[in-house]
Amino acid sequence: MEDYVVIDHCLMVKLPAEIDHHKACYISEKADDLLLSEEVDAICFDFENTEFMDSSGIGIIMGRYRKLSCFGGKVYLIHAGKQIRKMLEMSGIEKVVEIR
Amino acid sequence: MKNEMELQFDAISNNESLARLSVAAFIAHTNPTLEEMADIKTAVSEAVTNSIIHGYGNIQGYTRHGEVRPSISEIQEGKVRLYCKLLDGDLLVEVEDWGKGIENIEKAMEPLYTTRPELERSGMGFAFMEAFMDDLSVESTPGIGTVVHMKKKLNCGAWIGKED
Repeated sequence: MEDYVVIDHCLMVKLPAEIDHHKACYISEKADDLLLSEEVDAICFDFENTEFMDSSGIGIIMGRYRKLSCFGGKVYLIHAGKQIRKMLEMSGIEKVVEIR
Repeated sequence: MKNEMELQFDAISNNESLARLSVAAFIAHTNPTLEEMADIKTAVSEAVTNSIIHGYGNIQGYTRHGEVRPSISEIQEGKVRLYCKLLDGDLLVEVEDWGKGIENIEKAMEPLYTTRPELERSGMGFAFMEAFMDDLSVESTPGIGTVVHMKKKLNCGAWIGKED
C-alpha cells in the first residue's frame, strides 16, 4: 500500500509495488488533496517498494510537477530502480525533477 | 518450440494487472532475465491501458467496493483480447480492441503526444512499447478497432531449441 506523510511542508509519497493507470488515479487524487490542505511546497516520491511502473507513473510525476512548479515547488524522486530510471530518462522528466 | 495463449477480458482498468501478469506467467518457464520480464510487462501494460482508456474511454475502473467513482461516470461495454505466442524464443504479443480506433497512427505514436492530457496521460505509451520491444506495428480503423502487434526476442532461444 502507498503511504503519505507531510513533514515540514514536504509531502512524502511512498509508492506501491505496482503503478499502473488503475492505481495512478488514486495516487494523484490523494496527493492533490494533501497539496491543497497542507500547504505543501515539495513532493518526494519514494520508489523503494516499486517493482513495476508504466507510463501512468510518468503521468503522476508530470502532473504533480506542473502543479507545484507554478509557485516554485520542487519534485524529488528517490530509490528509483534501473527500469524506472530508464523510463524517466526516455520521457525527459529527469531534466525537471531531482533524482536522488 | 511453440506455445500459444489467448485471453479476453472486459475493458476495465482493474484488468491491467491481470493482462501483464498473465504474460509474465506465460513466459516464466523460458527463464527470462529480470530486465526482459520488466520490459515485456511494461509494454503489455501500455497497450492494454491504451485500449481501455482510448479505445473504449473507460477512464475509471471499479473501486475496492465495486462502485465506479465519480458516480456520474459509466463503464462502457467492451472487450480486450490478448494473444501471445512463443515460437523458437520469439515472443509475439497481440492486443486487440473493438473500440473507436485511431485516426492518425503516426501522430499517435509520437512521443509526448496524447489526446487526453486532462487525464495526465504522459503520451509515452507507444514510445515505451517501441523501446522495450524489438518490433511494433499498429493496425487501426476508426470506428472498428485497433490491433497492436509486438515482438521480442528472448535470449533463451538457443536453449529452448535444444533437444532434451
